[in-house]
Amino acid sequence: MVHQYELNGYHIVLDTCSGAVHSVDEVAYDIIALFPDHSREEIVAAMLEKYGGRPDVDRGELEQCLDDVQALKDAGKLFTPDTFEPLAFDFKARNTVVKALCLHVAHTCNLNCSYCFASQGKFHGERALMSFEVGRQAIDFLVAHSGGRTNLEVDFFGGEPLMNWQVVKDIVAYARSLEAEHHKRFRFTLTTNGVLVDDEVIDFANREMHNVVMSLDGRKEVHDRFRKDYAGRGSYDVIVPKFQKFAKARGERDYYIRGTYTHHNTDFTRDIFHMADLGFTQLSMEPVVCPPDDPCALTEEDMPVLFEQYELLAREMLRREKEGRGFTFYHYMLDLTHGPCIYKRISGCGSGTEYMAVTPWGDLYPCHQFVNDPAYLLGNIWDGVTNEKVRDEFKLCNAYARPECQDCWAKLYCSGGCPANAYHASGSIRGIHEQGCRLFRKRIECAVMMQVARSEET
Amino acid sequence: MTRIKTIETRDLNQSVANGGCGECQTSCQSACKTSCGVVNQQCENRDQK
Repeated sequence: MVHQYELNGYHIVLDTCSGAVHSVDEVAYDIIALFPDHSREEIVAAMLEKYGGRPDVDRGELEQCLDDVQALKDAGKLFTPDTFEPLAFDFKARNTVVKALCLHVAHTCNLNCSYCFASQGKFHGERALMSFEVGRQAIDFLVAHSGGRTNLEVDFFGGEPLMNWQVVKDIVAYARSLEAEHHKRFRFTLTTNGVLVDDEVIDFANREMHNVVMSLDGRKEVHDRFRKDYAGRGSYDVIVPKFQKFAKARGERDYYIRGTYTHHNTDFTRDIFHMADLGFTQLSMEPVVCPPDDPCALTEEDMPVLFEQYELLAREMLRREKEGRGFTFYHYMLDLTHGPCIYKRISGCGSGTEYMAVTPWGDLYPCHQFVNDPAYLLGNIWDGVTNEKVRDEFKLCNAYARPECQDCWAKLYCSGGCPANAYHASGSIRGIHEQGCRLFRKRIECAVMMQVARSEET
Repeated sequence: MTRIKTIETRDLNQSVANGGCGECQTSCQSACKTSCGVVNQQCENRDQK
């Protein structure tokens, strides 16, 4: 499967099944488009008719280009057939280890953000804090079910995890105490709204947290529209200085300034540039997840605006890179040479199988977005996964599970997309969230274009 | 190739043979939490091809 597109002056050809990326001129671009369904003679005639007036286009040149296209096909870098489907179902069926937990240490929050998919941290349930005993059992569950995997991941999530900070620290200490004996390496992530960040939190996080995700939506007026405290006061002025201190103290360690954009700020690149101008260099911005009738929801009319914004972002990032003030954007991070293998690309996010969410009282759900949905309760950290029907449903989620993905060039970039978004949009985890798919494809086009642009520089 | 420049990429077909160790990061553990992007994860297998 081949995907061709033009962006920022580049003609780009993606060969989905080999992962190859080609930057071509407009003549080769047209030749590749005609190649599968036309004879050489037909292609030469069509190209002579279209480009015949150009000094660099003659029959010999076109024949050479056709030879090059054929050589790439023979080398498995163009028109590569899709042979991965059997692997997708086999691999997921075999894969029975758990390697990542999202620990909901606090189903409560000190902010009252109206757009929160977790309904102000309560996940449509009661307020609750995880006890150390539950946290310790969750770590024991993870170690016991992780098989031969060395790297285990634990995300402290909420609600606001800093509202249960001592338990977070105790869970970290307990997990560390198991590493040597069990040959495991824990990587912790803290996701925080910043309100309770102080020097002690920063010091601890910099010692123990592999990654810190800090929630900031961008410009003050955008951030404060939703991210308010219970008295109705915006949180921007409180958290930005804390995040600036935190990010600076992270040094070379990972962090993300993570925002959410909604229908109310479809000019979200202004928010990303605002984050960058505040001195942050590792940025992420996600489309809101909410019901379609919510005033925040992105609309069909927003889509062309958003596409343009993603293109603008890519161009501006390249410009800033050249000026020595670049930043990373999570969805444009693409390591073409050391990226994920085909098994990762076909098997998806791992929700419900190798990744699960744990509630404050120890129940297991396929991921944080399913928490407190009784139909998706998997089991608990004492008895393990008892709802095998749901687990098996998630085992079948992969890049080949959805008819809509069959002819999609991006399926090996998204693995079929987010099951939770699919569920909320279509009623099935094996459906799709079509709007999300369109935004995802645009982001990948931009990310690949940036790699092409960088390669042209060297 | 005068009209085609191929960017260096990992060959997905080759990774059938040497991939699948499962040590890489779970995508939702990084920054998204509300979407699925597996391709921006790093491979943890230093012997990859």
